[in-house]
Amino acid sequence: MDFELTDEQKEIKKAAREFAEGEFTDIAMECDREEKFPRDVWKKACKLGFIGAYLPEEYGGGGLGLLDSLIIAEEFFRVDPGVGMIMATTFGSEFIFLLGKEEQKQKYLPPLITGETICAAAFTEPDAGSDVQGIQTTAVKDGDEWVLNGTKMFITNGTIADWMIVLAKSHPDAKKDAQRFTTFIVDCKSPGFSAEKIHGKMGIRASDTAEIVLSDVRVPKENIVGLPKMGFYNVMQFFDVTRIGVGAQAVGLAQGALEMAVKHAKERKVFGRPLIYNQGIQFKLAEMATRVEAARNLVYKAAALVDAMKPDAAMTSMAKWYAGETAVYVADESLQVHGGYGYIDEYPIERFYRSAKVLEIYEGSKEIEKMIIGRTIGGKY
Amino acid sequence: MVNFELTDEQKDIQKAALEFGEGEFDPDYARQCDENHEFPKDIWKKACQLGFIGSYYPEEYGGGGLSVLDNAIIVEALCRKDSTIGTALIVSDFASDIILRVGTHEQKVKWLPKIAGGEMLSAGGFTEPDHGSDITLMNTSAVKDGDEWVINGVKTFITNGTNAGIVVTLCQTDSNASPTYRGQSTIVVETDRPGFEATDLGSKMGIRSTKTAELSYSDVRVPADNLVGMVGKGFYNVLEFFDESRVEIAAQALGIGWCAYDKTLEYVKQRRQFGKPLAALQSVQHKLADMATKLEAAQLLTYKAGWNFDQGRIDPKLTSMAKFYAARAAVEVCEEAVQIHGGYGYMSEYDVERHYRDARITEIYEGTKEIQKNTIASSILGKFK
Repeated sequence: MDFELTDEQKEIKKAAREFAEGEFTDIAMECDREEKFPRDVWKKACKLGFIGAYLPEEYGGGGLGLLDSLIIAEEFFRVDPGVGMIMATTFGSEFIFLLGKEEQKQKYLPPLITGETICAAAFTEPDAGSDVQGIQTTAVKDGDEWVLNGTKMFITNGTIADWMIVLAKSHPDAKKDAQRFTTFIVDCKSPGFSAEKIHGKMGIRASDTAEIVLSDVRVPKENIVGLPKMGFYNVMQFFDVTRIGVGAQAVGLAQGALEMAVKHAKERKVFGRPLIYNQGIQFKLAEMATRVEAARNLVYKAAALVDAMKPDAAMTSMAKWYAGETAVYVADESLQVHGGYGYIDEYPIERFYRSAKVLEIYEGSKEIEKMIIGRTIGGKY
Repeated sequence: MVNFELTDEQKDIQKAALEFGEGEFDPDYARQCDENHEFPKDIWKKACQLGFIGSYYPEEYGGGGLSVLDNAIIVEALCRKDSTIGTALIVSDFASDIILRVGTHEQKVKWLPKIAGGEMLSAGGFTEPDHGSDITLMNTSAVKDGDEWVINGVKTFITNGTNAGIVVTLCQTDSNASPTYRGQSTIVVETDRPGFEATDLGSKMGIRSTKTAELSYSDVRVPADNLVGMVGKGFYNVLEFFDESRVEIAAQALGIGWCAYDKTLEYVKQRRQFGKPLAALQSVQHKLADMATKLEAAQLLTYKAGWNFDQGRIDPKLTSMAKFYAARAAVEVCEEAVQIHGGYGYMSEYDVERHYRDARITEIYEGTKEIQKNTIASSILGKFK
């Protein structure tokens, strides 16, 4: 057993933190208020190798392990969860990395890392979220092409992506329900593709979210990722990895919120002395710190299992829901420690608080995670 | 490099402890220990013979030379197989760590092999009727008289109090010290010394397989050599002991949590309601998911605290987090276990109510959860006074 980060990981952590503190702090509030994607900061992060760091060097990546790249996500979210979402500009690349053909990897991965393109992954629809098999988007074969029709909802990077992974029902007559789906790479400039930005998200407002309409979008058959009919399984496999990333975001957000609470409690005076002298406040901070530590261990363990080529769906789900809940809890308590100031957007805690909630929702709601754990540990009955 | 896997040796240790518990801890006997406040003497002797007790003592003192993490793995496994019997075993060497960490070679040779070998139990005499979590001032005094210490005072809630061979007793050796805790020392008192008396405290809510007693010292004389560590350092000895022993209590809590969890997992597959097993109900699945996640998190914190200690680093924050979190997890998991068992869960026949009662002590002894939070808070806040 070893619970310590390597020197290299400590360096990565420090570099990511310094970058985020230098670049995020001044723009975070504006990006939040105006729902603005921080394009310049994203480009800089690409130049410094923070984006797509997990990808092998042959595709321009840093060749880092999953855990290493999660450390970056954690530090970014620690400084600002909205701007930190620049990490998600490669969301969907995991598909190509895990399941794609060599040509697809060569074509799609390097530009993500150099900051030339952004990608996305589109599964959710207006009437099908956690229930992935309930999607209605269709893909019909027509010669060497597939023709896609349907609507995708709540798609991160929807209006700024250059391409996205789309899950569609391609084989409606397949014997097994789970084998009716295929995943495609869709070029966002294709005729018939349209994306409309969704305004008014509660948090992570620097991140772009859109509704996507596919109307007779033609996709060459080379753009299938993995095998036809295996789309649903692809998505599940994809989530086993990316959910740990959400766990890391949550740990970072919680750590940031905790640090703000500590700082405020030391500075703020009540009844003639710093707030921190109150045992009620001390106990809150102790509980927050303990949960963050517990969540971080779960996330690191899930990631270490992936890096050891032993991904564990139950472990991933534990890390994801627990870290998400911890982020919501810690942000809530931190806001409470801030009192009235916590409710005003001059202090970043209210932004953290609003942003935390999505971590219990996206990439599998907390309830879905518990379902996965329940099934795994329950075994056959 | 971060690595969460047990070594092959640790896996073997874990397996051996689980198998021992599986083979030796009879549920009927566990209930009997609970009902009659009975210490499982024969099982304890066997556990000693097999090296599960005092496993972390060096071999020259009768131990197995294992690490604190290894010991935590044993403790977890024993309590997982039964909360009541497991607890009795794992606290049988209580406070002997102080002798191990700060005692002289002669002191270690004299007492530790007996504890590891199943010849006697040990106890720690810290708490007094008027001093529980706050041990900065002790009313129990030790006064030097020639080559002896003369001890007077009362200790209470002492685990193994009536059946221990020795009690590591925290005494005020200098009543004028300022601050008062700098005038404290830890002294080993053999329980057959004249003037020493232990009175059983009667019925406890849980861990009824251990004896809990009030100790009275009236002019108990022990040789000067029985003082462990340095004069005036008793308070620090006890605090450092807690940094180590809280890992063990975290492991105990964790084991109790698993104990209730394992039984619940079995139960939900057998018990049928609405025409299907309980396990098919989503609300039950989600409860199990919560329980498993909390235990997993508690295990990581506990192992990390043990591992950190073995690296030669003392981090009271980490130990307190492990102890606080694992104890809470154990209580919550046991509570859900009772709930899922329904009416059966409330009956002693199904054992989970016993595990629930056993779990509750882990949030109280060796530092209440409030004390753990104090420790964590002062660590993350740094100096602010």
